[in-house]
Amino acid sequence: MSGQKARRTDWYALSWRVPLIVWQGLFFVGPLLFMIAMSFFIVKNYRMEAAFDWGNWIKTLGRPIFWDSYFLTLRLAFGATILTTLFAFPASFFLSFHASETFRRWAVFFLIIPFFTSYLVRIFAWQVILAQQGVINAGLSLFGLGPYTMLNTMFGTMIGYLTLCLPLAVILQTFALNGVDRRLVEAAHNLGCGKFHTIFAVILPLAKTGFVVAAVFCFILSFGDFVAPYYLGGSKPPTLSIMIIDTSKSGQQWPRAAVVALMMIVTLMGVAFSAIAYAYRRRR
Amino acid sequence: MSSILVPTRRALLKATAASALAMPFVSRAWAAVTEINMLAWYGHGEPDVVGEFEAANNVKFKPKYYAGGDNMLALIAQSPPGTYDVILSDAEFVQQLNAAGYIEELNAADYPFDDMVHEDFKKFPGHWKDGKLYSVMVRFGLLGVSYNTKAVSDAEAESYKCFWKPELKGKVGHFDWHLPNLGQISLFNGNGKNLWNLDKGQWDKVKATAKTLRPQVGGFFDYGGTFNGLKTGEMLAMAGIGDWITGVLERDGAPVKSVIPKEGGVQFTESYSIGKGSSKAAIVKKFIQYMLSPEGQVKSANMAAYPANIVTNKGRKALQDKDPKEAKRSNQVDGAALDPVKLIKDGRVHYRDIPKQQSLEDWNDFWQEYKSA
Repeated sequence: MSGQKARRTDWYALSWRVPLIVWQGLFFVGPLLFMIAMSFFIVKNYRMEAAFDWGNWIKTLGRPIFWDSYFLTLRLAFGATILTTLFAFPASFFLSFHASETFRRWAVFFLIIPFFTSYLVRIFAWQVILAQQGVINAGLSLFGLGPYTMLNTMFGTMIGYLTLCLPLAVILQTFALNGVDRRLVEAAHNLGCGKFHTIFAVILPLAKTGFVVAAVFCFILSFGDFVAPYYLGGSKPPTLSIMIIDTSKSGQQWPRAAVVALMMIVTLMGVAFSAIAYAYRRRR
Repeated sequence: MSSILVPTRRALLKATAASALAMPFVSRAWAAVTEINMLAWYGHGEPDVVGEFEAANNVKFKPKYYAGGDNMLALIAQSPPGTYDVILSDAEFVQQLNAAGYIEELNAADYPFDDMVHEDFKKFPGHWKDGKLYSVMVRFGLLGVSYNTKAVSDAEAESYKCFWKPELKGKVGHFDWHLPNLGQISLFNGNGKNLWNLDKGQWDKVKATAKTLRPQVGGFFDYGGTFNGLKTGEMLAMAGIGDWITGVLERDGAPVKSVIPKEGGVQFTESYSIGKGSSKAAIVKKFIQYMLSPEGQVKSANMAAYPANIVTNKGRKALQDKDPKEAKRSNQVDGAALDPVKLIKDGRVHYRDIPKQQSLEDWNDFWQEYKSA
């Protein structure tokens, strides 16, 4: 009887699954397959023609500047992820363990507010703040300091990445810490574990999954971001996202841009799957 | 009791009947608006340029903006014939539009060629083929040294050498397009009118010279970034641009300007064509004529997005009469030392073109390497 039940199609459960499957099929798997095919196309007179030509892969991956750009993007994204995680943690720890319920609600609300404004607009606002004659340098000049060059540098790029990722990381970390069983924290204290040691021995291991997910989001957003390295980093040197723009602009080499994009997707998938596997390792 | 707020039944019926009778005319008027699909650089389809023409001719422009000739060609190549009624192109790409059969032949008698400010503009390279006209030049601009007047003196700006000035380290910006930047380096190397026709040795030298400039470079920017960089003083000199960007800032009082250095400058040229297969060729022809009229030329010169120079004598006179301040600022007055027409006649400005002995891809590949250096 139970065997018959198991074989019967569960239409209710399926109705919840199908929209997601259709969505992912239409907007992820479909375009991905097309992009893979496109990476073998050729361009003649600014028009793409279907073909099976390895030339785009050989040309793109054979250029040293691709690999320079690849490792630079990787370094920047890892850097942004580490910095975001470190900067977000004190805020999320305070919100979760020390702030009142009301304060926490308001804080989360204010962390969401930046997303109401276009990221591009926020980046242009940073240009005004970071410029040599901008707000920060004007403030520093009162103390006889500066002016310092902050725009069109790695520092500028990193500020952009933090603008993009920090609010999200604080929110995700806060939710992860909220899920930590307070009784275990108290038990650790009762057993003589110091406050700092409790954070590393009890709280962080319990909230590991949420922290890893937050970090993965930071990495994905930073790795693919075009706006921060272009408008705050001065495209100097270019990241992979800028390389996609440059490649597609010149001679409409979309197939070569597709090669760069596929390399990015493979990297992102590798990092994301590894991180998730690590996050859930102990639960298995 | 009757008022506007509480109408009687008769008043309500009258109003309803009047509205019903008026509606067909209203809807007919709406229906009669002709949509013109435009492919152009940003700003050409905006109300400050086309608003009056739209109102006078009951048309509505639907602009599709591009950035760069490659981008324009790709947009056309990927669209069915007849998609774009009017196409604004940089002159060096007109011949490619024509070769691919994307534009209609024009009748030269429809346009004021006799009134052009320079003889070359009547038979502009690439606009004619086998004696047939395919595109009409409507505006042009000059690319040279753009600089912050507080950081670079006028005397220093007379040579591209100012980009290498030690005080400008990290403060020289590039408009992110290989063609005008490498063209300027080619001019700096003394290639003059052969700036696009480089043999291997000359091309290698251009690359080597460019690499010496790289440590000075503070960033590579699109239109918005270039604009902001100069406005905030973050960039004190900029290669690859001209008055089309500094002019907008200068009008707002920013201490920036553009000049043509002694090594020469590059001219960009914008021309209108009628898209192949357009069903609105008649009204598009009228629009091109409007843009070449004195009124249209003044609008083009004052375009909010980016200014450019006038191509007809009557247009130039109209600008001097209607907006003498802008005419003076842009040196479009007779006798001005930096009169753009005079600079062309003196051979100090060269028409922008595509590389003759290398491919665009070669130039772009080097540009990417240069950016990554």
